[in-house]
This record gives sequence, structure tokens and C-alpha cells, in this order.
Amino acid sequence: MSLVTNLDLRKTAMKWLIASLITLSVSAIGMVELFGERFVITGLFTMAQVMFLGPTAVFAYRAVQETPQAQKWLGLLKALLIGLGVGLVMMALVWLSQNIDIRSVFINISPKLINILTFNGSGSLTLLLAMVGAGLAGGVLALVPTKLRTALLVGGGTTILTGLLSEILAERLRSLFGAQVSNAIFASKALQLVPAIVLFVLITAFVYFRSTGHIKPANIRLPAGRERLVLTALISGFLLVLPMLLGSYLTEVTNNIGLFFLMGLGLNIVVGLAGLLDLGYVAFFAIGAYTMAALTSTGPLGLADMSFWVALPICVAVAAVAGFILGMPVLRMRGDYLAIVTLGFGEIIRILALSDLMKPYIGGAQGILNIPKPMVGELSLIRPEQMYYVILIGVAVAMFMSVRVRESQIGRRWMAMREDEDVAEAMGINLVSTKLLAFTIGAGFSGLAGAIFASKLGSIFPHSFNLLISINVLSLIIVGGLGSIPGTLVGAIILVGLPELLREFAEFRWLAYGVLLVTMMLSRPEGFIPSETIRRELHSGDEAEQAG
Amino acid sequence: MAMLEVNDIHTFYGNIEALKGVSLHVDEGEIVTLIGGNGAGKTTTLRTISGLLKPRQGSVKLYGEDLANVRAHHLVYKGISMVPEGRGVFAKLTVEENIEMGAYIDKDKARIERNKEAAFGRFPRLKERRKQVAGTLSGGEQQMLAIARALMAQPKLLLLDEPSMGLAPILVDGIFDTIKEINKEGTTVLLVEQNASMALAIAHRGYVLQTGEIVLSDKADKLAKNETVQKAYLGID
Repeated sequence: MSLVTNLDLRKTAMKWLIASLITLSVSAIGMVELFGERFVITGLFTMAQVMFLGPTAVFAYRAVQETPQAQKWLGLLKALLIGLGVGLVMMALVWLSQNIDIRSVFINISPKLINILTFNGSGSLTLLLAMVGAGLAGGVLALVPTKLRTALLVGGGTTILTGLLSEILAERLRSLFGAQVSNAIFASKALQLVPAIVLFVLITAFVYFRSTGHIKPANIRLPAGRERLVLTALISGFLLVLPMLLGSYLTEVTNNIGLFFLMGLGLNIVVGLAGLLDLGYVAFFAIGAYTMAALTSTGPLGLADMSFWVALPICVAVAAVAGFILGMPVLRMRGDYLAIVTLGFGEIIRILALSDLMKPYIGGAQGILNIPKPMVGELSLIRPEQMYYVILIGVAVAMFMSVRVRESQIGRRWMAMREDEDVAEAMGINLVSTKLLAFTIGAGFSGLAGAIFASKLGSIFPHSFNLLISINVLSLIIVGGLGSIPGTLVGAIILVGLPELLREFAEFRWLAYGVLLVTMMLSRPEGFIPSETIRRELHSGDEAEQAG
Repeated sequence: MAMLEVNDIHTFYGNIEALKGVSLHVDEGEIVTLIGGNGAGKTTTLRTISGLLKPRQGSVKLYGEDLANVRAHHLVYKGISMVPEGRGVFAKLTVEENIEMGAYIDKDKARIERNKEAAFGRFPRLKERRKQVAGTLSGGEQQMLAIARALMAQPKLLLLDEPSMGLAPILVDGIFDTIKEINKEGTTVLLVEQNASMALAIAHRGYVLQTGEIVLSDKADKLAKNETVQKAYLGID
């Protein structure tokens, strides 16, 4: 065979094209420029460089991965070609911007961007070399043995993430260990070079030796049957002191994650276990929040002046009843139709909250104000560090219930119904009660989250309860892994926590969010931590091969 | 008294009358088969008996009790188990989980365990594959699984919808042997089948359904010799 056929030119050209397009886009929309000053490692490399070199490395990596092991030099040649190709495209961009006025159309292709792309003006050739380097680096990475590769990726990823989050981390280090420690590791919002290398090497080595079995998890001898107890105690202890480690800002982020996790747990029951696609989940969140507001507010709209703790179970009950009521008309619906009806229900609740009809009771667009914080004795839980514990208790209760319910007869009923309604019925499963139970319990969890939310904010407005929340909760359970509880937590951290921490991405936050969702669904449709059955469903092809 | 008595049922899909007055009965201990071509109404009859469809007219009685107001999921409590058309195993659950799901109504753990062992005894193939996901089983194995699952509820009457569908002839033989065996052990069987020769070979009695009506009914061996049946369903001229 000739070299040309061996190179698989069509596929390689495709990768070159996609990598070029991505690199051009992130440059032309201003993302690269925004991060030009944003060092990941002080004085060495910036977030901008990660962004415009990254795509080339990724696609070169994939090109090599697709090449048969025996022809690895060919693979590297492909990687080289991709790097060279993208480099040439970017060189063309630089040349164009210097000779023709393209800024009148692409406003973000500024001299500053060109300066970043050419590494502070050291010329297009540097750009080309850097691209080729990125391509080769990606390619070589694909040839490294799997264990070492995973370790390198985890190490590199952690280092970059630490660099990205260095502002927050530096602040925490300062307040926990003093400015000296903080300044030794971080400088001007980025990791210092030496700590970065140390961090990278440490994590890479740890992950690598862990996978080869050189480092084993500490083998603590415990009385039989006590392992779980000790583990639970350790985790609980950690969770109890967490707010002190995190400080106010991070605790506030954690609280948001907690609330979304709580909602995710509920929706997980409805969608993940029972297989009922609910797009109006925010309605129950709103009902919980408004019930809390109406019952406890000290303002003119308050009805009962109840305390938070008395009102809380009422809110959960009201939301659960609402779930039951919504469940009834949709009993006979499946799939898409169900999704549309629930979507409508969510909107009805939001519009009702906005309407003049309900204004005398729940304040219309002005919402309900003066919702008191939860009280413990004489202490009002104002600070996020205090509210954290309320959310922690809610999450603990919801998690416990989720696990118990899933492992019980009810869980099996949901699973059977999700798989095949007719057969489930033939097995003796009452579909009506099974569906209603899923809606009711799911709505109760959401109501709990809403009630805490109202008290945490102190005031609520209809616009807080828009469709985006339903979508967000649905996305987080899908990204995390449908039907899986740890997955829901991971999903909440990634989709609620990360956007909060990466606020400086500004308007690009939602772009990153969308890209993450698309990539995730393409490369890992079962989510980060999938439940057993979902994994089976999406990989049944692989299993059939094994079995055969 | 007949165990199951279907009396002049008319079932509609919208305005289309799929069953135009079907009457049949199944006595205790029998294998009764319902044969007929595509679209004759075999599955509709079975779905009406099992409560998934409601007849507009007529009645279905089990031991004299009218099932009109019994909801589909309650039938299994009354002793009727169904193996749906196309097998309907829970594809993402393992073989063992599928079988356990069949004992959904049973609260007695020891009995469930006994029945499970009996099922594995009857179908050693399933025992070998107990941890395998049901969707990856072959068609014949899925049919075995669907039958094993239905038996977990210890039914008095087993409704089978086209167990031979999509199976290789050699597997069909095995499935029909199993049905015969189950019947010998005391379970009454109502078998809906397109494969008339096989069905008539194991059944005691048979009904021939044509465009929503019973056109013939007799002892199975006599039906097998009937000229019309031979021409229409057995491919004998």
C-alpha cells in the first residue's frame, strides 16, 4: 500500500479541519484574548495557550489512537500533519489580520490576540512550531502505555485546574496557613512554576503507582463489619468541618451544589428509576419555596409567622401533593408526550406566580420578602457556613431515602415499569400507584430544596423558577449518570459548582457548558458515574461480544 | 365448571371491531390452543382475557368470577400469568433479576428461592447465564426466560402468546416440549400460535380464529385432520 492510503488522508484531513475550526473560533470570538493575561503557571503559560493549542493536541491524540499499534510511526506522522495544518491555518489568520482589514467583520481579531498567538510577537514561525509541538505532544501521549497515560492526564488536568482556580485556593491558603504559604505556591492568580511541577509530578506518580499496585490503599485492620461504620464516621467528620476549611464563598457555592443535588436526587427517582421524563420539575421547587415564604414571612404577605422548622415538613407535603396531582392526568402518557405535559405544568406554575390573580397572595413579580432564616435556639442561621448544615441534613435525609427506596420493592417496581409497562403489569405491578409514587416522592425532594432555598435567600421572585432550572437539574443527572446517586453529586458539582467557580469566563460560561454537554453525550453517554443498568444499556453491544 | 370462560366478547380498536363475538372455554388441566392467521385476532383475544384491553361487550370469567372489573395487574393474584408476544423480557436486567421480578407478588422468600431453583432446574441454560443481561440472550433463551418468569408467580393458568415467533425450528421443539411438561405438572395452558401444526400436536383442544370470529373448534387431533384447517393453516393440500 502506498503511504497515502496508509495515512488515511480523509480522516486525518477531517481532524485537521475540525481542530482548525475550533482553534479559529475560540480565537475569533475573543476567548483566547480574554485569557491572554490569565496565567495557569506564573510567567510560563496562560489559559489562552491551553485554549488554542489544546484542540490540536486532542485531535492529534485521537488520530494516533485510531492508527493500528503496529504503525505507530505513521500515527505520529498524522499527528505532525495535523499540527502543521492547524499551524498554517493560524499563520494565515495572523498574516490576514496584518495585511487586510478583517477586524471590521471579526471585531475580536485584535492586535492583542495576534500578539498572544505569536507568543508576544516572536513571529508566526513560533506559532507554527508550537502547533506542531502540540500535535506531536498529543500524538506521543497516545502511544504511552495506558496506565502512565491516565496518570499523566490526571496530573496535567489537576495542575491546570489548580492553576485556574488559584485565586480562590490562594485565598483559602492565606486564611488557613497564612500569607507566606499562599505566596510560596501562588503568585498573581496562578501557580508558581516549582509548586506546579511538584504538584504535577506528585499526582502523576501517585495515580501511576496506584494503578500498578505499588501503592495500596492503607490496610487498616478493623473489627469485621466495622469498616463501613468507620468510613461513615470519617466522611461525616469531614463534612462537618468542611465549611471551616472552605470559607464563606466556597461554602455558598457548596450550598448551591447541595440544593441542586437535592433536586437531582428527586428527579433521579422520577427520570432515572421510573423512566418518566419530567421537564417541569422546577414547579415543585417553586411550590416548596412559595409555601415556605407564605408560611414564615414576617412581611405583609406572611400568613402564619411559623418557624422554619415547623414550616419545612408542610412545604415538603404540599410539594408532594402537587406531584401527586400532576401525576394523575399524565398516567397514560409516555415519553415525549409526558415531557411536553410536564413542561407545560412547570410554565403554568411560573406564570401563576407572576399573575395578577395570585398577586394579593404571593406578590406577583415583586415576590415575597422578609423570609426569616432558620433559628436554632436563639441563633439565626444567617451565614452560609451555618446554612450549610441545614442543607447537609436535607441532603443526608434525601440520600438515605433514595438508597432505601431504590433497594426496596418500590425500586424494583419502578425499574420494571421503566423497562416495559405491559410486562410490568403482567407481573402484577400496579402502574397507577407506581407512577404516582414516583411523582410524589420526586416532588417532595424538590419541595424540600425549594423551602430551604427560600429561607436561604430571604426573598423569592417568580423569575427564579424558570425552565432553565428544570433543564439544569435534568442535565446534571444525565451528565452524572442517570439512576446513580454518586453520579448525581458529581453532576451537581460539575454543572452547578464549576460555572460558579469559573465566573471569569463571563459570557463564555454557557458556551463552555454547552460544549461540555455535547462532548459528554458523544464520548460518555452513560455519564460520569453510571448506574449498573444504564451502563448495560449503552454498552450492551460490547457485552454481547464478550458473551459471544 | 370451566376454569376460564370467555363469552361472546367484542373488542374494538377505535371503530374497528377486532373481535366479533369470540367465545371459548378452558378446562382445568388442559392445553387449549387458539390458531389462526395474521390479524385473525389471536393476540387481541389474549390481551382482552388478561385485562389489557376491555371488551365492549361480553364477559371473561375465571372460575365463574367475572373479570370485567379486575385490573390487569390483579390477574396475576388470581392465578393467571401471561408470556407476552415478542417475549418482553426486561432487557437491561440480568436473567436472575428477571426471574425474581416474576415473583413480584410473592412475599415468601423461601418459596421464591425454591421456585427459582426449580426454574433453573427446568432451564439449565438460564442457570449458566444467570448473571448475564437478558437483552444479550438468544431468542430461544429469552423465550425460556419469559416462561420461567411467568411460572414464578405459580399460576393456575398460563397464557402464552406466540412462543414460537422468530425462533429456529429446533428451538421451537424444545419450547413446545417444555409447555407440555409444564402442563403435565398441573398448569393449565392457553396457547396462541401461528404455528398450527406444532400447537395442535401438543394441545388437547383447539379453536380456529378467522377475522375476529371462531370458525372451528374441536379436539386437537381432529382439527389437525380437518380439511379446511389442513388447507389454510397446515399447508397440506
